[in-house]
Order: sequence, then C-alpha cells, then structure tokens
Amino acid sequence: MPSPKLHFEDFHIGRVFELGPKTVDAAEIIEFATEFDPQPMHLSEQAGKASILGGLSASGWHTSSMFMRMMIDSYLLSSVSEGAPGIDVMEWKKPVLAGDTLKGRSTVTAARTMRSRPHIGIVTFSHELENQRGETVLRLENAIMFRIRGEENTA
Amino acid sequence: MKMTELYPAGHKVETGSKLFTAEDIIRFAKKFDPQPFHTDAEAAKSYVFGALCASGWHTCAGWMRCFIDFWTAETKRLKAEGIAPPKLGPSPGFEQLQWLKPVYAGDTITYSLTSVESRPLASRPGLILNIGLGEGVNQNGETVLRFRTKILEFE
Repeated sequence: MPSPKLHFEDFHIGRVFELGPKTVDAAEIIEFATEFDPQPMHLSEQAGKASILGGLSASGWHTSSMFMRMMIDSYLLSSVSEGAPGIDVMEWKKPVLAGDTLKGRSTVTAARTMRSRPHIGIVTFSHELENQRGETVLRLENAIMFRIRGEENTA
Repeated sequence: MKMTELYPAGHKVETGSKLFTAEDIIRFAKKFDPQPFHTDAEAAKSYVFGALCASGWHTCAGWMRCFIDFWTAETKRLKAEGIAPPKLGPSPGFEQLQWLKPVYAGDTITYSLTSVESRPLASRPGLILNIGLGEGVNQNGETVLRFRTKILEFE
C-alpha cells in the first residue's frame, strides 16, 4: 500500500500549503532573545518603542524559527522530507511585534529529480508570512528534499 | 567610526564558540523543528544524518548569539579607546545560506564574520547596508554553516 505521507510527486508546481496562524506573545519574544539575540529591542517594550522597530519585536532568527514550526505543522511532519540544504533568499521585511498574529503560505515553484540520488526529488518553494494588518513580514525562497514514491514502490 | 573603517572588506573576526549539547538540541527542536533527527537520538539513527543533530535554525541562532556577545565587547573596547563605535541597526535578512554539514550533539562550533562590502542605501538616505559572510566551523575544521548576512548601519 502506498505511504499516505506526502512524497515528491505530491508537490506539483503551483500547489499551496497554508501556514499558521500563530500569535506571538511578549514572553516568547523575550525568552528567545535572552538566549540567542539579546539586543534591547528584543528584550523590552520600552527599548523596542525607542528603536526604529517601534515596539518589542522578535529577533529575525526567532521569526525564522517560528516559520519553521509553521512548515512542520502544515506539511513537513506529514511528508517524507530529507531536510533542506539551505535558504536562497530570506527577507525580514517588517518587524514582528508582540501581539502580532502571523499566517502565510508555501507555494511550490519548481520540482526536479536528482541524477546523483535517484530516490530523492528537490522541491523549490516561495514562502511568505504576513501579519494581521496584511503586511508581509517575512519572505523566503528555498529548496527541500523529498523521497520519491515511485522509487519506494519498486524497491 | 563606520563598519567599513573598522573592518575593511576581507577582514575576518572570530566571534566565539558554542557547544551543542544533546539537551540543548532537543529543547530547541521541540519548540521550533520537531523532526525525529532533531528530537530523538534513537530515531535519528534511521535517517540520512545517522545521529541526533541540531536544527539548522539552532545553528544560525548560535551564530547570532556569538555575534552579539562579540559586538558588546567590541563596543566597550572602542569606547574605552575613545572611538565612537558604528551604530548598527536591524538586519533586513540574508542570502545564500548553506547548512553544509550536520551539527551533532557534542560538537563545538566556532563562528566568524568576514566583511564583504558596504554601501549607502539609495532608497533610505542615512542608512548603510553592510554585507558580511557569516560562517560556523566544527571542531574538526569542517564548515557547517555559511551565509551572506545583511546589517544596516546608521550614518
């Protein structure tokens, strides 16, 4: 019986996966920043207001990590992912402020098989997250590797 | 003083080292990237990586923490010498990020930043865009992380 998990063949060009919603609270912004990015605008509302970000705002690495979790919950954990080699472009376009609710989507823009690893296919995505005001806060492009179903069935 | 005066193109600074313990790897991954090879040492054996390894975002967050600690000390040093440190602003993102090798439990990653280029932003007078090469190398000398970081600076 074919695996019910999402395989390379399921990521056809144009397919869209919804991400979120996820509300970001002050405590988690401060917790992440304390460990990884202890700059004043990520640690207190007062310092955030005084900065050009305009309020207590999440570290870009925190927003990226939250985006990762949204992909996990939307489709990665229910797929046969073999990981990602990297990120081509990451844009942190607007601050993510405490209380913001983020949602977005991953859109398949390309899919190809690998000559060197015949059981793996590479899927290229364009991803974006927006806040509750409809402003794009994060945009990125990357490729993720998935196992190919056809190969599994003939194995 | 401007960043480009302090660190001309090609100048490399080692920003610090971070030990990735199994406990830290699992704690980060449970929040942001709960794939079996990041959360379960036993399950990780049946994946390509072969053992428990850190989420790529965790490796990136470690780079940021080392940079902040380095920059805090560097700012103090410059002030003590009577030099006004560059006024750094938020980062608009990064490009060409590669997770080149897995970071396994017990690995120590040494991070660095190499200046690439610095130019005024035509669209935002008063702001300078600095591009740097961020890297992480494990205890065997293997590069595990490489990306082009963008750092804004106020003139």
